[in-house]
Amino acid sequence: MIPLLFGITLVTFVVIHLAPGNPVEVQTEMSLKVTAQAKENLKRLYGLDKPLHVQYIDWLRRFVKFDFGKSFVDGRKVIDKIVERIPVTLSINILSMILIFIVAIPIGVLSATKQYSLFDKLTTVFVFIGFSTPTFWLALLLMILFGVNMGILPISGIQSLDVSGMSFTERIIDYAKHLILPVSVSAFGGIAGLSRYSRSSMLEVIRQDYIRTARAKGLPESKIIFKHALRNALMPIVTILGLSVPGLIGGGVIFETIFAIPGMGQLFYSSTMSRDYPTIMGILVIGAILTLIGNLIADITYALVDPRLRKKR
Amino acid sequence: MRLISIIFRRFLRNKLSVIGALIIVALFIIAVFAPIISPYDPTSIDVYNVLSPPSKEHILGTDELGRDLLSRIIWGSRVSLKVGFIAVGIAIVIGVFIGSIAGFYGGKIDGILMRFVDVMLAFPTFFLILAVISVLEPNIYTIMVVIGITGWMDVARLVRAEFFTLKERDFVYAAKALGVSNLRLMFRHILPNALSPVFVAATFGIAGAILTESGLSFLGLGIQPPEPSWGNILTSGKDNIEVAWWLSLFPGLAILITVLSYNLVGEGLRDALDPRLWEAEED
Repeated sequence: MIPLLFGITLVTFVVIHLAPGNPVEVQTEMSLKVTAQAKENLKRLYGLDKPLHVQYIDWLRRFVKFDFGKSFVDGRKVIDKIVERIPVTLSINILSMILIFIVAIPIGVLSATKQYSLFDKLTTVFVFIGFSTPTFWLALLLMILFGVNMGILPISGIQSLDVSGMSFTERIIDYAKHLILPVSVSAFGGIAGLSRYSRSSMLEVIRQDYIRTARAKGLPESKIIFKHALRNALMPIVTILGLSVPGLIGGGVIFETIFAIPGMGQLFYSSTMSRDYPTIMGILVIGAILTLIGNLIADITYALVDPRLRKKR
Repeated sequence: MRLISIIFRRFLRNKLSVIGALIIVALFIIAVFAPIISPYDPTSIDVYNVLSPPSKEHILGTDELGRDLLSRIIWGSRVSLKVGFIAVGIAIVIGVFIGSIAGFYGGKIDGILMRFVDVMLAFPTFFLILAVISVLEPNIYTIMVVIGITGWMDVARLVRAEFFTLKERDFVYAAKALGVSNLRLMFRHILPNALSPVFVAATFGIAGAILTESGLSFLGLGIQPPEPSWGNILTSGKDNIEVAWWLSLFPGLAILITVLSYNLVGEGLRDALDPRLWEAEED
């Protein structure tokens, strides 16, 4: 964990210092009046007059305290800007993970138990299309269909403009309406991936001896599938969910921008456009940490569902 | 050479993969002959035909500057082909190099290189790509390089795993006994035997690179207008979402069909190259 974190900060630091010029140039390129002396002062302020390794250690020292410096754009603390964006991104990701789970696993299980059936073939086609569809295009199509043509779902933001005049339940409904499209879009690729994965995981389990044993002793098929096979097939799937965290977070850039959702992805996009390096560095590191947490959760859940790992302790 | 014909025969057996391969060939032809095929100049503006829906003159309609959508999509295929192949080429060179060294030497060198792979994998890829683009100029060359240098990790892992099993084989010991240098041993003797999973990964990688490029161009961080790319045409689709559905539908279909074809070919290649599936049908 710790060496990984160290590596993550190092890569982030290197990426940002690839920049031709430096933050001082970026800040002063607009005004011609800035004197060389003023530039020197600014440089000293950012610590840019020191050698690179000292800069890195300084940055690392502040990073431990989650101090990523101040945004070039509005002078606010980067960590504050990020923290206020995390809840939206996280809740959309959690919702889409739940959606992925409840849609993909039944699809996978059903197509595995009915291998080579029409349903199985349709699933395979769906999986390939799911892998190949650009999510932002899917988002556009859904916006045209439900937002423009049918006019039943809002196509941007996470709440309506007149939200302050609504009652609590109206607010919840409003919120839900705004989330339907973004959550489905962000879940789409994951559903394809996980249904394929759970299908092959299930197929592998079904061929095991203990399933044959269960059949031989005359257990009803439903019990075999749901009690004996599914539990074992689910184990590797749990890790996949944890490993899909970086994809979900990274994909957020595109769909949060399309749907104008004020999450981390959108913040990252706007920081990229305005070359707000402190914010970019901060989000890059936080995104990587969230990924590590996702992996950790995957490991822990895996240990929880797999009795073989439990016994070892 | 017999091996190649076996692989080819096995590939032909998968009809969907063959269709995918044919589509890819067609796309190559379209990209190469874009100036001849496209009915209009993709950048010529026609103010009298702004946002006109599909018609006889403009089969797929026109965009907000009256440019012919079909022509722009045809020219856009050049971008996706170039980015797909070159980005994946870069990824493979890096991945093969790092994977070979890690797998061949093992031990400490392997440990360090694989930790580096772990670090790179910990970043949400799209974040990393955007961060690099933010410090560089967004254009087609940046995109290729950036997708390449953020996409080599899987290849490195695959090659490393192959090296681990291959380096214990007799032919490697024989070559060693003959005094073959390490470099020659790695790249002349072992590597050719480790390449089949790399081909498969490359095919899927091209699909992924095309998707990423279109996403970046869509966000305005990739190919810059007026040069047409499927992604940046979709940006005008979004800007005119209330009035011009065709600007959103067709470029996306082009992406979907292209990416789908590469994925299908990748799938076919994987089955054709997997020796475990061979025994069943020795005839």
